[in-house]
Amino acid sequence: MIAGIVRRHGALAVLAVLLVVGGLSFSTFLTPYNLSNLAVQATFLAVVALGMTLVIVSGGIDLSVGSTFALAGVLAAYGSRWGLLVALLLPLAVSALIGLVQGALIARWRMAPFIVTLCGLLFARGLLQLLTKEGSTTYLVPQDSALRWLGQGAVLVVLAVLGYLAGGVLLQRTGFGMRLFAVGGNEDAASLMGLPVARTKVSVYVLSGLLAGLAGVMSTAQLGSGVTVVGVGLELNAIAAVVIGGTMLTGGAGAVSGTLAGVALLAVIQELINQVGRFNSSMQAVVSGAVLIVVVVLQTLLSRARR
Amino acid sequence: MRLDRLNLRDHGVYLALVLLVLVNLVITPNFLTADNIRTQLVQMVPVLVVALGMALVIGTEGIDLSVGSVMAIAAALLPLYLGYGALPAIGICLVAGAAAGLLSGSLVTFAGVQPIVATLALLVGGRGLALVIADGQLKQIRNQQLLDLGSGSVLGVPLTVFVAAVLVVLVALLVGKTTFGRQLVAVGGNRKAAEFAGLPVRRVLLVVYLLSGLLAAGAGVLATARLTASDPSSVGLLVELSAITAVVVGGTPLTGGRVRVIGTVAGALLMQLIAATLIKHDVPASVTQMLEAVIIASAVLLQREGTGLRLRRQEAR
Repeated sequence: MIAGIVRRHGALAVLAVLLVVGGLSFSTFLTPYNLSNLAVQATFLAVVALGMTLVIVSGGIDLSVGSTFALAGVLAAYGSRWGLLVALLLPLAVSALIGLVQGALIARWRMAPFIVTLCGLLFARGLLQLLTKEGSTTYLVPQDSALRWLGQGAVLVVLAVLGYLAGGVLLQRTGFGMRLFAVGGNEDAASLMGLPVARTKVSVYVLSGLLAGLAGVMSTAQLGSGVTVVGVGLELNAIAAVVIGGTMLTGGAGAVSGTLAGVALLAVIQELINQVGRFNSSMQAVVSGAVLIVVVVLQTLLSRARR
Repeated sequence: MRLDRLNLRDHGVYLALVLLVLVNLVITPNFLTADNIRTQLVQMVPVLVVALGMALVIGTEGIDLSVGSVMAIAAALLPLYLGYGALPAIGICLVAGAAAGLLSGSLVTFAGVQPIVATLALLVGGRGLALVIADGQLKQIRNQQLLDLGSGSVLGVPLTVFVAAVLVVLVALLVGKTTFGRQLVAVGGNRKAAEFAGLPVRRVLLVVYLLSGLLAAGAGVLATARLTASDPSSVGLLVELSAITAVVVGGTPLTGGRVRVIGTVAGALLMQLIAATLIKHDVPASVTQMLEAVIIASAVLLQREGTGLRLRRQEAR
């Protein structure tokens, strides 16, 4: 029975082992202060990876989220001078629009998700550079803006947790979730069953854009300004978190709880590398890459054993 | 019949290239000068060499995100071994690139990890490794042979362009004329069927990723020679995206089963010329990037449209 649990929750098992090892090795690791810090820092990736999970379950991929994240962050800072409502609605509307266009190209025009969202990555980053006059302008959130209240650690974590609860219900308990699994599992079969395949796929890219935008707004709320250089490579981290969490890139299977475990695992690995302290940033990258390989190989072998 | 074959899917990239050149002849002064042509070709060499390997990988329905980091590893190793002479140093870089490719290939083939994830791990770790090897430093290249490779030319053709041209011919022959080429396309078209047909699927996949690593390392050497400096922190950054773009715009579908080597060359040239044209007319980098995104999307869309038209025509018959 224990073996079965380990197989189904590989990421969680590795996470538990790392937490124990980290707690025994470093006295500052399992302190409430350190853990809450970790949780706050992981919220942005967590929210982006939630959208990525839905996209990957539907059999697609979304490379544009890192750029959308940064663009939404800058738009939130830009809009914050007109009040909280504009600071929230402007970035979210633009993010949803990016998702909508991508989804339409993928679902209605039957283009490859990889290419469409790669173009989205380039386009959103270009738009961001244009808005900030080639990166030379930084928009600040006014000191008295309500957006700053949103940036408190506790609020961010609550938002992310609510997001995962809603995502879990959406995926496991609603018709939309079932359609997502059906479309990701076998698109032709789903289509023959009369499911609205195109509508489902468009919705999932809109959701992914919205969540990436939300994460960008959250990041700006915390930092107090729209930083143009953030989010580069975020899409790769999100994909890594989803895959580590046991969701297959082939679509049709997966769970948001696994993704949350994947995000936590990535955050803990990063923190452990920091705690060891001997590594500079390039060595950290080497260790992250190596750990990613080990985790993914384990994950693949475990899931194969399950079958 | 002949006209039917001349559809956008197969020839769209060449059509776009011709159109772009014609537009440039009208609006850009000094466009068709030997100097400018040379500059454009030299600038696209690293992307093209990487794209050749990428085309092979994509032909097997895979993808290789690690190429930029492999370029960085090669660039970092190169100055360390120049003491033994240029050729041995280049040899070591190529071996390292092949080893990196073999690692991704093994993960894909034996462990069954999806290509995008396997090569993503190497993208993250590889650049870090390159910086560790080089101790985070930019190193000037003083070896004369290597400098000659970077800036020399034969009969007016820059050496790096010459090397790239030879590689294009070799890869085109590999795909078009050898058993391996046919096996590669078969594996990409339908892996299960290739397995049932008794093809050496694992060996084909391993060799394809190995070649991609080898070519990426070669691109790293060429880029370093041209820069006259080893700069592992920035060489090959985001080259994977440019290479994938060149391959796909050139008519190789991401779903595998087909490799267009000459199309890839045209794709790389098209993207290079688009960027150069926009920069020459003082379009800001941000707008250039947005336009590139639109152009890539339209190119892929046109290829789709091409198949649509052809199918409809066949149905009408």
